[in-house]
Amino acid sequence: MRLSEHIYRTVSSIRGPLLFAQRVFAARIGEVVRISYPDGETAEGEILKIDGESVLIQVFGETRGLNLAATLVFTDAVKKAPLAEDVVGRVFNGSFLPIDGAPMFIPEQWAPITGAPINPTSRARPEEFIETGLTSIDLLNTLVKGQKLPIFSSAGLPAKEMTAAIVRQARLSGGGSFVVVFVALGLPHHEYSFYMDVLAGMQSDFVAFINRAGEPVMERLLAPRFGLAVAEYLAFTRGMDVLVVITDMTNYCDALREVSTAREELPGRRGYPGYMYSDLAALYERAGRIKGVAGSVTMLPVVTMPEDDITHPIPDLTGYITEGQIVLSRELHQKGVFPPVDVLPCLSRLMQRGIGKGRTREDHRAVADSLYKQYAKGRDLRRLEAIVGREGMVEKDRSMLDFADAFERELVHQGGERRNINASLDAGIALLRRFNSAAP
Amino acid sequence: MGIAGPTVSVDIPGLKLYDMVQVGKAGLTGEVVRLEQGRAVVQVYQDTRGLAANEPALGMNEPLTVQLGPGLLSGMFDGLQRPLDRLRNLSGPFITTGEAIFPLDRDRIWQFSPAKRPGDRVSAGDFLGALHEGAFRHPISAPCAGKIARLCDGEFSLGGELGEMADGRAIPAVQPWPVRRARPYRRKLSPTLPLVTGQRSIDFLFPLARGGTAIFPGGFGTGKTILEQSIAKFAAVDIVVYVGCGERGNEMAELLEEFVTLSDPWSGQPLMQRTIVVVNTSNMPVAAREASIYTAVTMAEYYRDLGYQVLLLADSISRWAEALREISASLEEMPGEEGYPTYLTSRLAAFFERAGVVETLDGRIGSLSMILSVSPPGGDFTEPVTQACLRTAGAFFMLDTSLAHRRHFPAINWFQSYSLYQADMVAHFNSQVSPRWGELQLRCQQLLQREETLREVAEIVGVEGLQDADRLVMRVAERIRQDFLCQNAFTDDAFSAPDQTLARIAELIGCYDRAETQLKQGVFLDELLKE
Repeated sequence: MRLSEHIYRTVSSIRGPLLFAQRVFAARIGEVVRISYPDGETAEGEILKIDGESVLIQVFGETRGLNLAATLVFTDAVKKAPLAEDVVGRVFNGSFLPIDGAPMFIPEQWAPITGAPINPTSRARPEEFIETGLTSIDLLNTLVKGQKLPIFSSAGLPAKEMTAAIVRQARLSGGGSFVVVFVALGLPHHEYSFYMDVLAGMQSDFVAFINRAGEPVMERLLAPRFGLAVAEYLAFTRGMDVLVVITDMTNYCDALREVSTAREELPGRRGYPGYMYSDLAALYERAGRIKGVAGSVTMLPVVTMPEDDITHPIPDLTGYITEGQIVLSRELHQKGVFPPVDVLPCLSRLMQRGIGKGRTREDHRAVADSLYKQYAKGRDLRRLEAIVGREGMVEKDRSMLDFADAFERELVHQGGERRNINASLDAGIALLRRFNSAAP
Repeated sequence: MGIAGPTVSVDIPGLKLYDMVQVGKAGLTGEVVRLEQGRAVVQVYQDTRGLAANEPALGMNEPLTVQLGPGLLSGMFDGLQRPLDRLRNLSGPFITTGEAIFPLDRDRIWQFSPAKRPGDRVSAGDFLGALHEGAFRHPISAPCAGKIARLCDGEFSLGGELGEMADGRAIPAVQPWPVRRARPYRRKLSPTLPLVTGQRSIDFLFPLARGGTAIFPGGFGTGKTILEQSIAKFAAVDIVVYVGCGERGNEMAELLEEFVTLSDPWSGQPLMQRTIVVVNTSNMPVAAREASIYTAVTMAEYYRDLGYQVLLLADSISRWAEALREISASLEEMPGEEGYPTYLTSRLAAFFERAGVVETLDGRIGSLSMILSVSPPGGDFTEPVTQACLRTAGAFFMLDTSLAHRRHFPAINWFQSYSLYQADMVAHFNSQVSPRWGELQLRCQQLLQREETLREVAEIVGVEGLQDADRLVMRVAERIRQDFLCQNAFTDDAFSAPDQTLARIAELIGCYDRAETQLKQGVFLDELLKE
């Protein structure tokens, strides 16, 4: 603790969002710096690098109007999030300032926004079923409490409608509902108003952090950390079950790249920094449950795959960290299927523990496996159909093609309907029976 | 002092390269990675956020070291060998402290049966006696030559000494060892015995040797972790060291919970008793992730030196390479391919070299095998880490995304994978399991090969357009794929002993032979299939 505030006017150079200051005593790495502009504006920054008495500061927000006469106040603390139960029901911007018109709440405690890793031996295994009401998830790629399961979408696909459906419909196995922490990064206005309508119409509680497309890029790096600090607090201090929705992680990664380039760091694949894996992991790994502690953090990030390419660094690194993925398909969307989930590349790594007797239903695994197998065969045959034509195929293969069509049209497609897990399982069994497959 | 991310530069006289340095009031630790006149660059293992420029730094005059002794088995450590359960008691469910903790339990009571008596003369490395660590006999050797003054008989704990030499030197039961230095041995032997993993596609098609090395690269969702964990459960070795290197926390929680409940299929003992787990999840500090594989391999070498068959499993080596890259970038080193430092290949090769069958310094035979998973970005095997591994690894199991999408697990591609130990291992299986092993293996591969050729034809003319003999091949190959190569990790089928493996493939190929004879006699395939 410092006894007095350290105030400096020793800015030696400004480069983009970076500011160099000289003759600074006892600066801390990651310390928050308040910057007063000559015209009275203020901004915050963070210390990135210290070399003896010169420090490098990253400015959050706009550096236009800044000059070498700016005043720097060193706060002696890393970036912290204010926390209190009153955070629930509120909407904030990417700097944790309320934008819903109500005054700021009074914090009960402060926590560093980067959080700390959960000790692997303290983690409780995620195994409680979450019913999203979507068959493609519940039946085939089951989500469990404490899991992180991203939605891989592409430009023009209805990821936001699907996210909204999950946020509205998700129920815990006991029937309880979630507190939703909604983090929007670089959101254009039409999406912003869509999500605000969804949140306003929701039955359950929520906290929102909104960074819109025109707002500072640095806030895109801060908002998810604020959101997760709040989520961890609500979950592990207040014992709530929290569902964190972050949209869109692609904007987060682009912000990371922008900032990294400004820092003149060595670029990695496609210009993204080499530490992007660790950086993303520091966010995604905050999902989970803790032994002996009520509450959970479940995470549903949305990733828009640039060029519809699943091997692009953003979906690629995300898939390496998260416990599976839900992939949306342009082809299904064009066929009018909603949600347009292509189940073949989808995966839920924690499904095994969350299904079966006592969790969903005893026949869950068998039904899901048969459906997968049949549909995969049907999809394989579609390629053959393209070559030899439907007429050139034997009856058995034609029936398999029909199965794949019916699977997409009837099982994956739901429109606005919510199906509980029993309805999903029954629909799956009915479909298998209709095509004379050995239904379990 | 200067600080940039995880690197801190300090000015302490007398530091040596790779010495440990304690930094700041929070007691963060790091390793000297670069020395200049008046400046040493320290790579810190913990998060440096909040560290101030005027905080003290202290040289510890020794490199990164692990403690080797009884009680490592069934332990769970982080990348710096801090015991995770005691760390939890200390700092709660979140890891918030950089404090070092002695990795072994000092209070646990061990029963020592001495083989020497006070007054005996010994030379360094002589057998002093043994204790029992679970089901394992844990021999203790003399640390130096001299006369024994006192030697414990019966109960002792690591808090005290095991005995004393006449010249006053203590006889410790724990020995420190710097992780980056391979432990010495008398000589290295060539691997001749197979390492049975219980995975049919590995044991039968691409067998691995004890003391050998293998990698399996695969994009995400190809089942690397499940395969790695299945091998950890079922492999026919004495001791397994499992490194979760930069991977998911929830998966590690699953592994830890599951291993406690399972038992070793070979000895019937609880599985955890033969396992050491080293965990550095993806959100734990990068520098400790880089160190974690060395921490693990040193512990593995220690048990090898006690004469055991040890298997090191790491998931995944790519995360280690990425940690190396992050550190290299923060040191502003000249990058090589895709930003990885140019010493990636040599470091990896040196790491692989720590595997092998050895005759230990005190004449025992022990082995250390390695199976490492690789996570190539975008599932592209031309990337530097996969390629660097391929240069040294003895076996390559390629995990195939298209097989995984079809739910064919383990998704080992049977055309691209290989094992350099094949010839030796087949000879062993031929003599130990069945003389037909080699022949059946060849035929199995031929059938799969024919299927692939026929599939291309079938895509154009349709399966019905093929001749009966060819359709039979397709049919049998499909059964080989589904009933033999596929193995569900969640059922009893997860483990298959070599004789079961052989019986199953012999039956499938037997079916094929009978059907083929009947076809030649003029029976139609459709009739055969009906049966």
